[in-house]
Amino acid sequence: MSKTKQVAAKKKNRLIIRTIVLILLAAAIIFAIVSKDKTKVLEIGDKAPDFELVDLEGNKHRLSNYQGEGVFLNFWGSWCGPCKTEMPFMEKLSKEFEGQGVHILALNLKDTRLKAETFRDQYGLTFPIARDTDESVRRAYNVIPLPTTILINKDGIIEDIITRGMTEDEIRAFMVSIQPE
Amino acid sequence: MSKIKCQCGHENPFGTVLCERCGRPQTEEAINSKTVDMRYEGSARRSQTYKRTIVDKIWNFFSSVKIGVSIIIAVLSTSAIGTILPQKQYVPFTSEVDIADYYERLYGIVGVVYHKLGFHDMYNSWWFITLVGMLGTSIIIASVDRVIPLYKSLKMQRTKRHPSFMKRQRIYGAGEVENIDDSFSKAEEKLKELRYNVKVEDGAILAEKNRFARWGPYVNHVGLIVFLGAILLRGIPGFYVDETLWIREGETLEIPGAPGYFIKNNKFILENYTDEDSEVFKEALERTNTIAKNYQTDVSLFKQQEGGIPGQSEDIEFVKDYSIIVNKPLQFDGFNVFQMDYRTDELKNMTFQLTDKAKDESLGEFTVDLINPDGKYELESGAVVELKDYYADYDGVENGQPVSKSPIPNNPAFIFKMITPEKPDGEMSFVAIQQTLETEENDYKVNFLSAETRNISGLTVRKDKTLYLLMLGGIIFMVGVSQGSYWNHRRIWVQKGEGNEMLIASHTNKNWFSLRKEIDEVTEFASLPQYEDREDEETESDNQEGDYK
Repeated sequence: MSKTKQVAAKKKNRLIIRTIVLILLAAAIIFAIVSKDKTKVLEIGDKAPDFELVDLEGNKHRLSNYQGEGVFLNFWGSWCGPCKTEMPFMEKLSKEFEGQGVHILALNLKDTRLKAETFRDQYGLTFPIARDTDESVRRAYNVIPLPTTILINKDGIIEDIITRGMTEDEIRAFMVSIQPE
Repeated sequence: MSKIKCQCGHENPFGTVLCERCGRPQTEEAINSKTVDMRYEGSARRSQTYKRTIVDKIWNFFSSVKIGVSIIIAVLSTSAIGTILPQKQYVPFTSEVDIADYYERLYGIVGVVYHKLGFHDMYNSWWFITLVGMLGTSIIIASVDRVIPLYKSLKMQRTKRHPSFMKRQRIYGAGEVENIDDSFSKAEEKLKELRYNVKVEDGAILAEKNRFARWGPYVNHVGLIVFLGAILLRGIPGFYVDETLWIREGETLEIPGAPGYFIKNNKFILENYTDEDSEVFKEALERTNTIAKNYQTDVSLFKQQEGGIPGQSEDIEFVKDYSIIVNKPLQFDGFNVFQMDYRTDELKNMTFQLTDKAKDESLGEFTVDLINPDGKYELESGAVVELKDYYADYDGVENGQPVSKSPIPNNPAFIFKMITPEKPDGEMSFVAIQQTLETEENDYKVNFLSAETRNISGLTVRKDKTLYLLMLGGIIFMVGVSQGSYWNHRRIWVQKGEGNEMLIASHTNKNWFSLRKEIDEVTEFASLPQYEDREDEETESDNQEGDYK
């Protein structure tokens, strides 16, 4: 009687051990698949990495100082066609949303200072424009194509990442989406 | 699924071929055979025990050596497919559309199929990783299922085996001897002399040697698992970095994969061998014109202060200067930065001259730094040239506006405003290479005098914390291989039979020839009965009973 019980217990143990081993091995395989695809890319819902840049006027902008307000973070370059198209819309809407808790911050990549300034003057841009000369902010946000726009809400969380040019209506909708109530 | 009770009284698990204790054959097949398969000592492999739940079924699947070998073949053949056409990372495009187009353009229909099936990024594909993972699973489960019963049965083996076990060994001999006690003690003496571990019990000798050789394949598998585990660790952030960085002379960039570290390219140097170097190179130089002697990037390394955030580049601290040359990487904090590639002669600055068209007279020269141009240039004559706009890679006019197709100064164009004492309001001029446009006829012009170029270094940033683990895995693997190949597990059983009869039997996992030589010594010294090797006719293969792997 006790012997059959012993055997049953042994069988049960074996089943448990085998199940655990198989689950661990399956987990290792799944981990390997998942981690291959991912090169620490920022995703919607992640905390936006803090950064600090000096704009063309010499004012410092630190992301964490915008806590409680939405930030429309736009990466651009003067040679990029869609960037040029969306810039006038962004200028118009930055005025429209002035004092409503949504800020446009434009980060220029790879252009010379002179080019960034002439571009600003040519399009009459009034929102802050900063140059990411050592590309550390670009790397922190893993931005590859231009334009890329990161929408950061009042809690510093990434609401959306847009890697294409936007129409005026889209920009307005995006700005509303990160507007604090 | 009950136990098998042997005549000797020992209870063996289901699936046992030879009794764990006395060695009596337990299956019909074993009883009827002349010699028994000694692989895994005739013990019950666990995989064959229970086949009830789904877990057991999966377990048994991976435990099968046939399945293991099939997985190895699948991994090998798919790995080979991945080498037919270049992998994705060697394609000079980044977007999926461009990559697809690249395969189609270069390899036609084959390329399209190759790309569609995902072979262009095979080693990262989920199914390839799954296949390798299944291989790892198979190695672990198959090993566990074999090494534990083998260990147990070798540990449990008794000195005195049943004659039916002896009889079924490949090497077996029985016969009358003159003095049974003398032969017995002499056999023991000789076996000890031959450095066997000798156990004597109840008129039976078990002489055993190099049992650890049986663990070789399993040690080898442990090494493989460590190796696979190390590769798995590469996926965890911080363990493995492999990035490329193109950096121009004079630029300071954050090092990809190493946040908080910055690198400045001070100079890229490419040296070639010249006639002066040595007579030795003369012939080779005449044949090939140029032979590179040195590729070098002089860099400065900077580190951001603790708690610094991206973009705060004014508070970075200088760490060190270093000259990276091939095989001498810049090293810091586990990272290695290697010299990998270079591009030369990108425009760096251009020198112009302001000229009075009518008098053909120079009003002075000025140099525009293409990386960081100034907006205003004051010449010696008192004239001023303002740079109103700059197009690094001028690509024609679009909607009345000059456009640049990239930020790289491949084809710079400028809009200058020339302010001279005669024309205090200034004259506008658009200057590109080989081209000058004026809105109205100007009295002055800016003409190009000379240009300077700079080089770009291609660096590779590497960090691999798994390297030592990979090495450890490799060492364990090799230990297992030598353990299993250079030593052989040998056992010799000598036993008193009825009357003056003596029995002798022997087994080894490989190298029967050497075993026979040792037995010959023993039988001669102790005048034991002649034995017979029932499978080997002189030179037949030694590996017949080798363990799996």
